[in-house]
Amino acid sequence: MNSQNGRPLILKVEDLVTRFNTPEGVVHAVNGVSFELHEGETIGVVGESGCGKSVTMHSILQLIPRPPGKIIRGRALFHDEDLIHLAPEEIRHVRGAQIGMIFQDPMTSLNPVITIGKQVAEPLMLHLGMNKADAQKRVIELLELVGISQAENRIGQYPHQFSGGMRQRVMIAMALACNPQILIADEPTTALDVTIQAQIVELVKKLRDELGMAVIWITHDLGIVAGLAQRVLVMYAGFIIEESLVKELYINPQHPYTLGLLRSLPRLDSNEHQRLTTIPGLPPILMNEPKGCPFSPRCPYRFERCAENPPLLEIEVGHRAACWWNVQEGKPRND
Amino acid sequence: MTETLLKVEGLVKHFPILAGVFQRQVGVVHAVDGVTFDVRKGETFGLVGESGCGKSTAGRTILQLYRPTAGNVFFDGIDLVKLKGEELRRLRRRMQMIFQDPYASLNPRMSVGEILAEPLVVHEVAKGQEIRERVDELLNIVRLSPGFAARYPHEFSGGQRQRIGVARALALEPEFIVCDEPISALDVSIQAQVINLLEDLQSQFNLAYLFIAHDLSVVRHISQRVAVMYLGLLVEMAERNELYSHPLHPYTQALLSAVPIPDPFKEEKRQRIILEGDVPSPVNPPSGCHFRTRCPLAEKICAEREPEWREVAPNHWVACHLV
Repeated sequence: MNSQNGRPLILKVEDLVTRFNTPEGVVHAVNGVSFELHEGETIGVVGESGCGKSVTMHSILQLIPRPPGKIIRGRALFHDEDLIHLAPEEIRHVRGAQIGMIFQDPMTSLNPVITIGKQVAEPLMLHLGMNKADAQKRVIELLELVGISQAENRIGQYPHQFSGGMRQRVMIAMALACNPQILIADEPTTALDVTIQAQIVELVKKLRDELGMAVIWITHDLGIVAGLAQRVLVMYAGFIIEESLVKELYINPQHPYTLGLLRSLPRLDSNEHQRLTTIPGLPPILMNEPKGCPFSPRCPYRFERCAENPPLLEIEVGHRAACWWNVQEGKPRND
Repeated sequence: MTETLLKVEGLVKHFPILAGVFQRQVGVVHAVDGVTFDVRKGETFGLVGESGCGKSTAGRTILQLYRPTAGNVFFDGIDLVKLKGEELRRLRRRMQMIFQDPYASLNPRMSVGEILAEPLVVHEVAKGQEIRERVDELLNIVRLSPGFAARYPHEFSGGQRQRIGVARALALEPEFIVCDEPISALDVSIQAQVINLLEDLQSQFNLAYLFIAHDLSVVRHISQRVAVMYLGLLVEMAERNELYSHPLHPYTQALLSAVPIPDPFKEEKRQRIILEGDVPSPVNPPSGCHFRTRCPLAEKICAEREPEWREVAPNHWVACHLV
């Protein structure tokens, strides 16, 4: 599969395995993740805390602390270059230039003692070799692009003089400074109020369409993904357990975990009071070498075959799920 | 209609801002600026709003954890604001609180058994063997194994800790519980477990909840009536379905339109009202209507006069000049 709707492939991640050595033991954070991203495409990566969604993206950009983290194997091909095995100075040319990133907490991702103007100018001077005057001009343009009014007056201000939503806009301006081909957004709206979240989501959608970049949006919120992504990866215990076009996923979820998540959400759009369906048990502890299907201890459809960990099985074109059981038809899947 | 259990009238809570060597008062945070509503027996009343709107302060002030600056809180006909010391303490047995952060609201040095026994000991409702039996019973009620009594909070997951918090709130058989963002710190798959538990306990013990949350989907699911708060004031209050299907206040409308719906087909067709800017500081709330600085419909009158809190349809209250 080289293209989706004729779009060329831009990032191809293959069999990524990341572990952390901790005093309590080895944490199996990412256990063989493979996915593709096409030019201009938005994918949503969905999962609960500890499912490996952030570690996957951080591994690709060599952002995990090593040690204790270790990338055991895998490749992340970006324009035929394997990001995971690039030298530190080479990956720095990719990060913040060709691939931009925004994080959950805009309060801690900005340096509190450096003015906003200087922080946004840094990638411009570093990656594009702009001089101070040009960089400043571009900073003002960028801040206006992300909806910060009176940008000229605000470049001399410090992060604490900005609200949470405004700081996230500054982060987006920084991420976009060098016209990246990919924007990785790691739960960028989780710390924000819902009206501010709506502002940020609309902003990213608008910029994505104007600038034509691909977006990887990491979130635990199936609602945000529904309105933003074309394709969704659902992660659990360091595995991708389902991958699908967004509409297909919500009408026809194939993995019991995806199905459980969708059923457990209270809905803003339902007038009837229905008891929520719960997923019993607790999210997995990743201290042990994965054996069998990681979701099977919590799965209502578990049967003998689940002792063997299922690979991602193709359900139909573009829709894959890692489950031996056909939840829609109530019988084992023929593999 | 069922009986009123809690009646909040014109509740105000201001916090002084002190500065300088002599700690002179230089300003006031208008956290809660005059809030009126009631909660009926056995009902869930949802209070929604964004961070800093004063919803948590309102919850705490109702329970007299903060003393109100003005206003009255009648619990079963008794004005809590006038009560002090022992009298207040005795009434506290009947109203409890569940906190947002299950990591911070349990003492890490106390075993679960001690945590659950503490209210029983403090209020002298049980002793010796009775306490142990009641602790087992409480763990059973929140579907935790009785064997957990000897363990410490750090041994539990977030969802299990929140169950312990719920068990502690139930220890004295209250009639009213303030649930302050009880599920927002939990994972999605665990949230539904705690919501179902709260619903089961409500029907089992005829509890009334004041359910404080920022998540409008959760509030819709659990509440019978809902009030929306903005910058210290209620802007709208109605029966659940009425509020969600016919929101009248521009803020409620914007808030509802901002919530993502987990349905790509609906999301595709949705028209969002995107509010400009941020919530103003509660130190200097805007004149007139507090929402006018972000309101897409604001007119001259909105800056000049505070909108009246009026009942525009049966049980549907709103504070807006333009409704």
